[in-house]
Amino acid sequence: MATHTHTAAAHDDHDHKPHGWRRWVFSTNHKDIGTMYLVFACTMFFVGGTMALIVRAELFQPGLQFVDPQFFNSMTSMHALVMIFGAIMPAWVGLANWLIPMQIGAPDMALPRLNNLSFWILPFAFMLLLGTLFVPGGAPAGGWTMYPPLALQAGDSFPMMIFAVHLMGISSVLGAINVVVTVMNMRAPGLNLLRMPLFVWTWLITAYLLVAVMPVLAGAVTMLLTDHYFGTSFFAASGGGDPVMFQHIFWFFGHPEVYIMILPAFGVVSEIIPAFSRKPLFGYESMVYATAAIGFLSFIVWAHHMFTVGMPLAGQLFFMLATMLISVPTGVKIFNWCATMTKGSLSFEPPMLFAIAFLFLFTIGGFSGLMLAIVPADFQYQDSYFVVAHFHYVLVPGSLFAIIGAVYYWLPKWVGRMYDQKLATVHFWLSAIFVNVLFFPQHFLGLAGMPRRIPDYATQFADWNMVSSIGAFGFGFSQLLLPFIIIKCLRSGAPAPARAWDGAHGLEWELPSPAPFHSWEVPPSAAVIERGAEH
Amino acid sequence: MIRTMYKSGTALAAVLLAQFVAPAHAASGWGELNMPVGVTELSKKIYGLHMMIFWWCVAIGVFVFGWMIWAMVSFRRSKGAVANTAMLHSTKAEIIWTLIPVGILVLMTVPAARVLIDIEDARNTELTIKVTGYQWKWQYEYLGTDVGFYSTLAHESNAARQLQSGIDPRSVPNYLLDVDNPLVVPAGTKVRLLLTAQDVIHSWWVPDFGMKKDAIPGLVNEMWIKVDADKTGRYRGQCAELCGRDHGFMPVVVDVMSKEDFESWLAARKAAQQQAALAANRNPSIS
Ligand SMILES: [Cu+2]
Repeated sequence: MATHTHTAAAHDDHDHKPHGWRRWVFSTNHKDIGTMYLVFACTMFFVGGTMALIVRAELFQPGLQFVDPQFFNSMTSMHALVMIFGAIMPAWVGLANWLIPMQIGAPDMALPRLNNLSFWILPFAFMLLLGTLFVPGGAPAGGWTMYPPLALQAGDSFPMMIFAVHLMGISSVLGAINVVVTVMNMRAPGLNLLRMPLFVWTWLITAYLLVAVMPVLAGAVTMLLTDHYFGTSFFAASGGGDPVMFQHIFWFFGHPEVYIMILPAFGVVSEIIPAFSRKPLFGYESMVYATAAIGFLSFIVWAHHMFTVGMPLAGQLFFMLATMLISVPTGVKIFNWCATMTKGSLSFEPPMLFAIAFLFLFTIGGFSGLMLAIVPADFQYQDSYFVVAHFHYVLVPGSLFAIIGAVYYWLPKWVGRMYDQKLATVHFWLSAIFVNVLFFPQHFLGLAGMPRRIPDYATQFADWNMVSSIGAFGFGFSQLLLPFIIIKCLRSGAPAPARAWDGAHGLEWELPSPAPFHSWEVPPSAAVIERGAEH
Repeated sequence: MIRTMYKSGTALAAVLLAQFVAPAHAASGWGELNMPVGVTELSKKIYGLHMMIFWWCVAIGVFVFGWMIWAMVSFRRSKGAVANTAMLHSTKAEIIWTLIPVGILVLMTVPAARVLIDIEDARNTELTIKVTGYQWKWQYEYLGTDVGFYSTLAHESNAARQLQSGIDPRSVPNYLLDVDNPLVVPAGTKVRLLLTAQDVIHSWWVPDFGMKKDAIPGLVNEMWIKVDADKTGRYRGQCAELCGRDHGFMPVVVDVMSKEDFESWLAARKAAQQQAALAANRNPSIS
């Protein structure tokens, strides 16, 4: 076994893994790559969070106290790019890496070298993107949406941003292909598609969305690049182009992108709520179909991001109706989660707390989303702080809370130790309270007429901005508890059993804790699948 | 857990309370919680839609949050609740909670579509004004007359908004919402605005008029406003589409005058511009 000859046997060696930096740089192991993704995402979360705090510090009171308006615009733009492409998306890919092979009874991802590549592209992409902070003209300041002609006014940051977006796109597409191939080919015999855990299902659909739309983004930014440097006029009216066309192409990517960030969260919540209700998920199949329906609808609603550009009446009506329809499958999900809790035996450990906060607060984000779909009312809401409140409600207590909940749920499985649940509960309460202090007043600001992306504001907006900024600092500093709790767990956590939570079901809980380096070297038996795949 | 409920409950209650207690334009910022009803034919319809959908959301919220809270209170393991693991799905329930939302959506859509059709009906306008966005000011041209001018941030606001200016914004009247030359429109008149831009995309927004519309270089957008005849006065808004460094500093200010006042304003403005043009012709070197 440990002879290390050039035989297949050496390959199967359980404990064999390179040590030191080689283990990480050359890694083809789904767990190590997943860990790198999660560490990267956490780092970027604090980088993007710092940018948000610069924004909120400037907005603490009227007048310009700290930063130049141009730098302020860079901060809002970079905050979005870093959080979306650097924090939320890599966190989901990291969780997919860690969990999908364990949950489908596979030893690893199907394409391990591709997996390595798709991670290691990311640090370079973000060196380019964050490097723009130090070039003449400053970082991109035209918004993460990069609308021309404004985006074309950037300095040296412009090509760096475009290439960074290209790299992130390649990384995401490779990661997505890997997920699709793994789920389609590596499932344990007998684990058919409709027995997969919801997290795998939602990720499978997410992967298809990624493969479909990341190339569209790449095309859009490439056209921007040629408009800037090679004399084309795709988006320049003076040359026969159309600046609005960019918005259509961008949002054809951008709306599915929103679901790329939230569908895996639905999957996580669909695993946590049954575990702590000690009851199978209610309506498993309708959950799968609802996810697929949301995935499909995400392709035909893009123009609701741009109702004010001037569209034909029929177009506005179509996009309004299609957008409102999304609330039907989303409602099915919410009701199914409620029904799962009903007649359960509930307990409120940290993962469950984050999942329940997700239910409440994501629903509030859903309500404001429904309001935004109403075109005439959107003429008021568009580009105001109401929109800022809306998408932060679905992204922070939505996606981010689900990611944190997932970490608190599976961490004992990953590291074989239990974390300090009391401290994690404190982390939850601080997060849940401050996130509302931070974002709820932004609804008021938007309705009262405060536009988004402004560094300074009229004095009647001062009071709620102050509250929002206090919430931002409270929320930001509370998040430092997360790495602290994880490090403390790694150092001194009590050993965790294989089934770390008594209500947890799924193949990953059939593996020992910590999970072995290669997950399922022998596919789980029919009996194990039966026990694990019980929804 | 109880506190989660309180938190969401308070949040909801705050919104509810806001609707009853706060006039749309209270003096203090704390009271600025809701969309203004506005002063135009369309703004009131838009406000009505906004409130209709808001109350729908409240009603759905009471049901959904009520269910969640009830489940969390009634089925706690610490209170000895035992899980009913046979509860896997119910086709009947799932059909019900698909169809009822569809019905509610139809109830929301019909009035929304009606208002939208009204908004798009830009026939029979009596006056057309071309609005052009620049980095960072607005230009207004009264089509069919020679009257036209630029509208930029007022001097006091501009001084106070400089980085570490040392001027307290609260000491500046209408900080950031004041201009040198406001747009002037007659009340009780259907006014057509043609919006475009010279450099990048801007968006022209006065919340009291119920709408914003993008001003896009190379394209001309259209919107119309009809301010109630008795609602003369000064209304303020801002550029709503990120347009570069000074995006936050290009306010929109509109003076709404009675028809008679507007006519005399327009005549005076015409005369003044002709005088200026004559003066410029006489001394070409100066211009
Ligand atoms: Cu502007």
